[in-house]
Amino acid sequence: MAVAERISGRVSRRSLLTGGFAGGFLLAFHLPVRAVNEPVQLPDNTDGKFAPNAFIRIDHSGKTILVMPQVEMGQGVYTSIPMILAEELDADFSQVMLEHAPPSDKLYANPVFGIQVTGNSNSIRSFWKPLRTAAASARVMLVQAAAQQWSVEPAGCTTANSEVIHKESGRKLSYGALVDAANTQTPPKDVPLKDPKDFVLIGKPLKRFDTPDKVNGKAVYGIDAMLPGMKFATLKACPVFGGKVGKVDDSAAKKIPGVQKVVVLDDMVAVVGDHMWAAKIGLDALVIDWEEGPNADLSLNDIWQDLRAASEKDGVVAKSRGDIAKGLLSGEKLEASYELPFLAHATMEPVNATVHLKHDSCEIWTGTQVLARVQLEAAKAAGLPVEKVIANNHLLGGGFGRKLEPDMVVAAVRIAKHVDGPVKVVWTREEDIQHDIYRPVYRDTIAATLSDAKIVGWKYRISGSSVLARWLPPAFQKGIDIDAVDSAVDIPYDIPNFHVEYVRAEPRAVPTGFWRGVGPNNNVFAVECFIDELARKAGRDPIDFRRSMLGSQPRFLAALNLAAEKSNWGQSLPARVGRGVCLQPSFGSFIATVVEAEVDEQGDVKLRRVTSAVDTGIAVNPDTIVAQLEGGLIFGLTAALYGEITIAKGRVQQSNFNDYRMLRIDQAPKIDIHIIKSAEVPGGIGETGATAGPPALRNAIYAATGVALRRLPIDRSLIAEKKS
Amino acid sequence: MANLTINGELKSFDAPADMPLLWVLRDVLGMTGTKFGCGIAQCGACTVHIDGKPVRSCMLPVGAVRERAVTTIEGIGASPAGAKVQKAWLDLEVIQCGYCQSGQIMSAAALLATTPNPDDSDIDAAMAGNICRCGTYVRIRAAIKRAASQRQS
Repeated sequence: MAVAERISGRVSRRSLLTGGFAGGFLLAFHLPVRAVNEPVQLPDNTDGKFAPNAFIRIDHSGKTILVMPQVEMGQGVYTSIPMILAEELDADFSQVMLEHAPPSDKLYANPVFGIQVTGNSNSIRSFWKPLRTAAASARVMLVQAAAQQWSVEPAGCTTANSEVIHKESGRKLSYGALVDAANTQTPPKDVPLKDPKDFVLIGKPLKRFDTPDKVNGKAVYGIDAMLPGMKFATLKACPVFGGKVGKVDDSAAKKIPGVQKVVVLDDMVAVVGDHMWAAKIGLDALVIDWEEGPNADLSLNDIWQDLRAASEKDGVVAKSRGDIAKGLLSGEKLEASYELPFLAHATMEPVNATVHLKHDSCEIWTGTQVLARVQLEAAKAAGLPVEKVIANNHLLGGGFGRKLEPDMVVAAVRIAKHVDGPVKVVWTREEDIQHDIYRPVYRDTIAATLSDAKIVGWKYRISGSSVLARWLPPAFQKGIDIDAVDSAVDIPYDIPNFHVEYVRAEPRAVPTGFWRGVGPNNNVFAVECFIDELARKAGRDPIDFRRSMLGSQPRFLAALNLAAEKSNWGQSLPARVGRGVCLQPSFGSFIATVVEAEVDEQGDVKLRRVTSAVDTGIAVNPDTIVAQLEGGLIFGLTAALYGEITIAKGRVQQSNFNDYRMLRIDQAPKIDIHIIKSAEVPGGIGETGATAGPPALRNAIYAATGVALRRLPIDRSLIAEKKS
Repeated sequence: MANLTINGELKSFDAPADMPLLWVLRDVLGMTGTKFGCGIAQCGACTVHIDGKPVRSCMLPVGAVRERAVTTIEGIGASPAGAKVQKAWLDLEVIQCGYCQSGQIMSAAALLATTPNPDDSDIDAAMAGNICRCGTYVRIRAAIKRAASQRQS
């Protein structure tokens, strides 16, 4: 069967309407062994199939459908998760088919968050054990079924390629032939998992399930949903944050052929047409008076003044060891503050959602990182019970955290209330950038003392928005945002007097959200930039300086040494060319990165080469790990070089790729990724390149020019060659 | 009714002449492989071929196409260069989210059709108009070189 035909977009409606069941897999994550042993009454279309849990269905023909609890947004989970399941199931990988999971926090909750979400680079790390256990349990039930038919001991049977084999007699039964008998088996207790040395799939660079349909236009993203009788809409929200619609003159718009309707809501206006073009030019033809409200004079400067003032106050202590007061009095002291800008996500697929709202039901088509939340928020917006909302997920044309928010679905449902039949609501790129939920501005201050070229005291204060407090309130405890302090409280360096505190400072008016790299994006930048400044103060090479503080950290040390070797660290470079390093503890992986960059006379930066060494534990699909690092590095370097959303008169000033720039192929460096072989549990990888790129580049510029940049994006005027 | 030859097939449809080809393809003809990314010819996601040349369909009025042949991602595999590019893209596992890749493949196929052995500067010139937010540029470059090295099949 062609791989291209192996992902089904079809979702069982019945499964969506039954709304999950008590117990289920959420419990399973707290009690993993019992979880997969529970014979659950599955809500999906499991009739006549062996369906021992929420992830596996085997039919009489042997076809194995694996239900994907995590969404595919380019990171390759639609291959790595099937690999994990098929490995423990001993399924014939060539016969595996995939299905998007329906919305269900009960069945498909991410073990870390307790809700159905794909994010935080944790698909593999958090589902590693539960999925292996689920698949191994199913395998044992198939073995028991075969052993009963043969009247032999299960221990005398083995499995491979979707068959149970009786070792002594050589008899075989296919999984398809065992479906009915397996369904009557009692799930095993304490199911054993494979010894990693016996893995046949995990660790191999397998071809991705999702890519064949992405070379010929067949892949269906949310924006590609097409329904009979569908209308197309695009919208404009008040350009000023928090503003409202005043008067709308739609007389010119309504004369445009193809324009069907103008929908005026309190905070936005939408035009519905026969196609996006009619909707778009219809929207442009509206004359809208906005009630700009209290933020009409807001500027980015106001927000920075607020943040700088907030960052001068004491924060809530997130971690403290040793005696920080004493530590900061011993040796030579250095202090610096680092500032990061607002950023938009700019997924290549502009924000969109398709909705068919009827009087007693609602159906959604979109690509989201939070399917169950989308279903819930759509129900609220539609005024319907959640079980009356069907939410169909699609491939995502990029996520990067933007699609951790359901706002685009809510907006589409509100518009759909005024439309008969299905309506696809697509945001223009301008709307996508000007009404994003932005990566927050941050300000971090670090004070440290050096004695004998060693750090004696380290006091780090993080100031910025708490995305987590809004997005998952129960996770925000005692004033600490565990994401905002991630990679700050757990830096790998051996520092005796160590103190980290957090100041929650919400920017006026501007909504803030997760952005690829999340909290570590901020902390890895400040920490790794400051370590370089300390190294220089101590008169040490940046890698030697780091190495000297990694005595008890062999995995970090190995990554750092390998990156140094592979990047030719220490070999001489031309004038105004430098190498910079970043070592990060983020997302459960151990990664060292070296950027080599050149700064020309005008301060323009040329990326020459990037080298990363990564220990991410067991590498499930190694080529995906390489790809994620390559792409993540480009994502982070793009932000370092260009990324900044600015605000004037309450409005975002950027609007499209002409003024919100992206790195392009002619600026992309050569990238070499080196995977360190490891038998440890898998770490996260999707966001690690994004966090590594900016500090490594900044440190390369520091080495090339001697200028210690402390803000992003990189200000060329500060690194242009000084005319004497 | 207007007519266009798309991937060798004559298509008839009703649309105003100033409507960009992108929206005719996607919303009128239901050919969703060609993607909307920016609407101002800055990202290349909407790239199609007009008589073999790469064009950003988001700013091309459909009335300006006239008799010329339109090729989209759905049809590019029928050309030797297109088929080689698609294969190289899969061989090297270029793709991540894939949303920009229709446009990347169309630009790369047009490059190889005119420049069978492109060097790095040819690749830069032909591909710099196509943004990839997943950052697959390293593999795009390698895949173009690989496609160029494959014999005509």
